[in-house]
Amino acid sequence: MDDLLESDWTTEEVSTGTTIIAAVFDGGVVIGSDSRVSAGQAVVNRVLNKVCRLHDKIYCSISGSAADAQAVVDIVDYQMELHGIQMGQPPLVQAAATIVKDICYKYKEELVAHLLVAGWDHKYGGQVYGTLGGMMIKQQFALGGSGSTYIYGFADSAFKPGMTKEECLKFTKCALALAMNRDGSSGGVIYLVTITSKGAEETVITAKDIPSFYED
Amino acid sequence: MAAVCVSRSGETVLTCNPHLPPGWAQEEVSTGTTIMAVEFDGGVVIGADSRTTTGAYIANRVTDKLTFIHDHIFCCRSGSAADTQAIADVVNYQLSFHSIELDEPPLVQTAANLFKELCYRYREDLTAGIIVAGWDKRKGGQVYTVPMGGMIVRQSFSIGGSGSTYIYGYVDSSYKPGMTKEECLEFTANAISLAMERDGSSGGVIRLAAITEAGVERKVILGSELPRFTVS
Repeated sequence: MDDLLESDWTTEEVSTGTTIIAAVFDGGVVIGSDSRVSAGQAVVNRVLNKVCRLHDKIYCSISGSAADAQAVVDIVDYQMELHGIQMGQPPLVQAAATIVKDICYKYKEELVAHLLVAGWDHKYGGQVYGTLGGMMIKQQFALGGSGSTYIYGFADSAFKPGMTKEECLKFTKCALALAMNRDGSSGGVIYLVTITSKGAEETVITAKDIPSFYED
Repeated sequence: MAAVCVSRSGETVLTCNPHLPPGWAQEEVSTGTTIMAVEFDGGVVIGADSRTTTGAYIANRVTDKLTFIHDHIFCCRSGSAADTQAIADVVNYQLSFHSIELDEPPLVQTAANLFKELCYRYREDLTAGIIVAGWDKRKGGQVYTVPMGGMIVRQSFSIGGSGSTYIYGYVDSSYKPGMTKEECLEFTANAISLAMERDGSSGGVIRLAAITEAGVERKVILGSELPRFTVS
């Protein structure tokens, strides 16, 4: 009875344990995440979409403290909308990444959140930016969250520059599935967003459509 | 006069007194490491990196972490270099005595259980993650993992050490049952190379060994010949 009254999960911080990934392909980017939110050992949300819209063709994926990440996304979402209106044209991915980076760096002691920013703009095409710790680094692919450690080897070996959209979707789907298999804080379903010059396309991959691998 | 700068997090980052020992001399020697073993029909392939660190200093960049236990049984060591060397010495002695008593080559399962006995009994005092692999007449090629804490489980392939976390995704996706010896060697070399790329405590050369009924065949892959994956 005491267990029910004073369970860990009511006192633990809510964290998007997580695996997040973003990768560039020829013509755009794919950005994806798992969907598990944990508070200690309890899964408090098994279907959270961690890929958040910052603008029509700029998305970010979140990891770390759910509260911190949501707070940052809200601020950036507002500022990007304002910036887009002021410029009179779709903003650059670099602009979004810079705003995220500025917030994460200024408050780096207080915040525990890592955001990957990815999107497409008319000037530089598809781009992925990592902002871990308050730096901004442009990459061909970026990983984040607790589950990412398990898939660095896979991502290093499987990523090829100049992939097609289908190859890139397969790459991100497999990477997320592998991480979800090994990381206790990642799981649920896979959310993917494909961003090209035509716009953003959101997809969900559930249960039996998630790739599976050798089980001993 | 001793001058010490302390960083925001409270760690000592700079010592101006030449008489104080350097940071790395006060750290424990650890085989940071990536180790791996794979079963195939007729034997096993084992592999490891070659870096031993004391803090940030690489004490040995050509370490041999594949340790002889018996003619057809080897172990891969990770964790504290001292602990694993001591354990391996004890098991080596116990197994050779046992083999003479039996008048027969010992079983891999026996060797693995001897490791497990020590690692479980002294679990509070030891920091050792060991993979035992070899060939015997009864069950052919076998891989047993004895991680920290002292459990034992047989697996078709096993990875261990600090660098192994980065290659779980790669081995899960690339492993296929029924690989040949050459495919296992390539699989192991690729996996360890990927881990060495991402783990600061793993590096140097890749040491490989294939254990079959015929004996042990050892190989070294030097830095310049490592499988390459990095995309810039």
